Amino acid sequence: MYRYDEFDYQFVRDRTAQFADQARRRLAGELTEDEFRPLRLMNGLYLQLHAYMLRIAIPYGTLSSRQMRQLAMIARRWDKNYGHFTTRQNIQFNWIKLEDTPEILAALADVEMHAIQTSGNCIRNVTTDQWAGAAADEIADPRPVAELIRQWSSLHPEFSYLPRKFKIAVTGAPNDRAAVKVHDIGLRLHKNDKGEAGWEVIVGGGLGRTPLIGVTVREFLPQHELIAYLEAIMRVYNLYGRRDNKYKARIKILVHELGPEKFRAEVEAEYARRPKQETEVEERELARIAAYFAPPQFERLPRWSPRFEEARLANPAFARWVRTNVAAHFADGYAIANISLKPEGGIPGDATSEQMELVADLAERHSFSEIRVSHAQNLVLPHVKRDDLFDLWQALSGAGLAASNLGLAGDIIACPGLDYCTLATARSIPVAQAISRKFADYDRQQDIGPLKINISGCINACGHHHVGHIGILGLDKKGEEYYQITLGGSSATSASIGQIIGPGFAGHDVPDAIEKILDTYLKHRQPGEEFLAAYRRLGAQPFKEALYAAH
Amino acid sequence: MPLIKNDRFIDDPWTHVGLEDSLPSSGDIIVPYARLLKEWDALTRHDGRLGVVFTNIDRVEALSLFLPRLALIALPFPSFTDGRAYSLARQIRETGFAGELRASGNVLPDQLQFMRQVGFDAFEVTERFAPEVWLGASRRMSLAYQRGLYRPAGEAEVWSERHRDAEPWLEQPHAG
Ligand code: SF4
Repeated sequence: MYRYDEFDYQFVRDRTAQFADQARRRLAGELTEDEFRPLRLMNGLYLQLHAYMLRIAIPYGTLSSRQMRQLAMIARRWDKNYGHFTTRQNIQFNWIKLEDTPEILAALADVEMHAIQTSGNCIRNVTTDQWAGAAADEIADPRPVAELIRQWSSLHPEFSYLPRKFKIAVTGAPNDRAAVKVHDIGLRLHKNDKGEAGWEVIVGGGLGRTPLIGVTVREFLPQHELIAYLEAIMRVYNLYGRRDNKYKARIKILVHELGPEKFRAEVEAEYARRPKQETEVEERELARIAAYFAPPQFERLPRWSPRFEEARLANPAFARWVRTNVAAHFADGYAIANISLKPEGGIPGDATSEQMELVADLAERHSFSEIRVSHAQNLVLPHVKRDDLFDLWQALSGAGLAASNLGLAGDIIACPGLDYCTLATARSIPVAQAISRKFADYDRQQDIGPLKINISGCINACGHHHVGHIGILGLDKKGEEYYQITLGGSSATSASIGQIIGPGFAGHDVPDAIEKILDTYLKHRQPGEEFLAAYRRLGAQPFKEALYAAH
Repeated sequence: MPLIKNDRFIDDPWTHVGLEDSLPSSGDIIVPYARLLKEWDALTRHDGRLGVVFTNIDRVEALSLFLPRLALIALPFPSFTDGRAYSLARQIRETGFAGELRASGNVLPDQLQFMRQVGFDAFEVTERFAPEVWLGASRRMSLAYQRGLYRPAGEAEVWSERHRDAEPWLEQPHAG
């Protein structure tokens, strides 16, 4: 894992002191709320329905046990003993007092964390594959480049007042788990015939009101050019992105309105126009960072673990968890253990201080003190010995953390919705809870197979409903909440935007509607065909009939 | 309106001359870009230094013809959340412009450090904030990760510091 050096420490200390001064001036009335807003947003502080919310950056979703314990402490001391892991691999605390924030930021700085640029119209926390550095299918660990981008984008003086927020995602694996095609910039690693690393640069993807799949502006950008090229893209966006309408201000609209060719030409012209600099420092910096991400000292283990196999045979509940929540690791004898934060009827992504502390302990014992946060709002222990999986599962079971539903119907992604968010048009949490209860049965979830259900409480799409196999969007019709359903979305390598299936449903009817959709799938599927594939083959018609045909 | 130049409050030696105003016979003047286009010949004969107000919708390439004769470029901030001028400032400095680069309009103390880092060296500011707030807020961060910035508050350039023995960074012209 990356470790701060003296410069990184000084940077967060300076920033904390700066924000403490700004908060003091706000409380003393020297700054108006309008003037203070962009300053607090750039430090992760939102004003929500009931209180301030503080969103803390978890760079590329990687946490140490020590950091997780500090988050648990913050939740206990300054919030209501829980935190909420978000779809952008961050954590947010919903009940924060403005006066407490400087102290919280100082507590974060102690463990090499901060809340810089987790909101506001700037480059946000960069996200990546939650299995980075562990997955069997990976070309290379994307996190060194993600860390390079984190540093470069931190308080970038040119790009801190952009037309709108800006999100960058990076993946080092051919199976895209970072949704790079629906980010403002997505970077995908390729190797050429000479074995050199280069990045496919995808620009202008995004969800929200206008969901669009990004376009590739460079097929293979040599690694050492990355930062300079990103600056050219950012500059074109900063200068020409729309500022007259916040719903048209994302880079996807600029790419769309100019057209991919013209946009690419603008970027290339800017890139060519700027004075070329030596990139030796960037290359060395990347090498320095990469050393921190060297794989941990894995033991040489046989692929086959008798202890694991015996436990699996003897204990069906454990076998179920293994089947859904454990993924292949590149090192023999190791596995990736996914911890679902989606218990039956629970709030997706919430964890109590005690749960965070337990996960921190378990990571220390079983996973080189490393934890990941996934954009599906789950946690991951990336490097667990197969021999240890049973012990791990037992410990998780005792704390309500052993839900066996990763990637299944119960693994619902949901934004905070009207329970917390000022922008919401409807609640999303209760809908997630009701669906989770309806499909709680493990065998039923297994039978349905891989499924992504995503729920957003308004058109801003923080729950990424457009890329859910089943997407649910909460809206408001004359004071009544109702929910629009989309089918066929995906953020995977073959990304697609879901299509609205028909008129919306009242909240209490949503679980039944989902059931009808899934029954239709089960009726029509071919052997081994997953929901998304079946939908793509069948089209919307049979689902429409099931949902809307007169009885 | 108070003016900060190179980290100090000074009396503004420049006069803004609008589109319709008559040209003074001498003295340092700042004119709108539209006037520069219209009256370039007359302006080149003006007795005094010449500056221009360049707006966020103008493209920097358009300035290249005039640059050798310009001693000041002012970039207005219509709102403090409108960040276009940060990119324009850098583009202008990248052409080699070494004159005064002035921020005007809706400018806040907490933005001065970023503005200075992209190449602004003068600021038309309001009296709403005390002088020490203006000057203090522009030196809160003692370091920056990005390379090739101006570092008027002596900010350490982190990556270069970490790799001191690497190739030297190409020199940039200095502001003001
Ligand atoms: S989708 Fe809407 S309701 Fe949900 S968190 Fe985002 S802004 Fe709030």
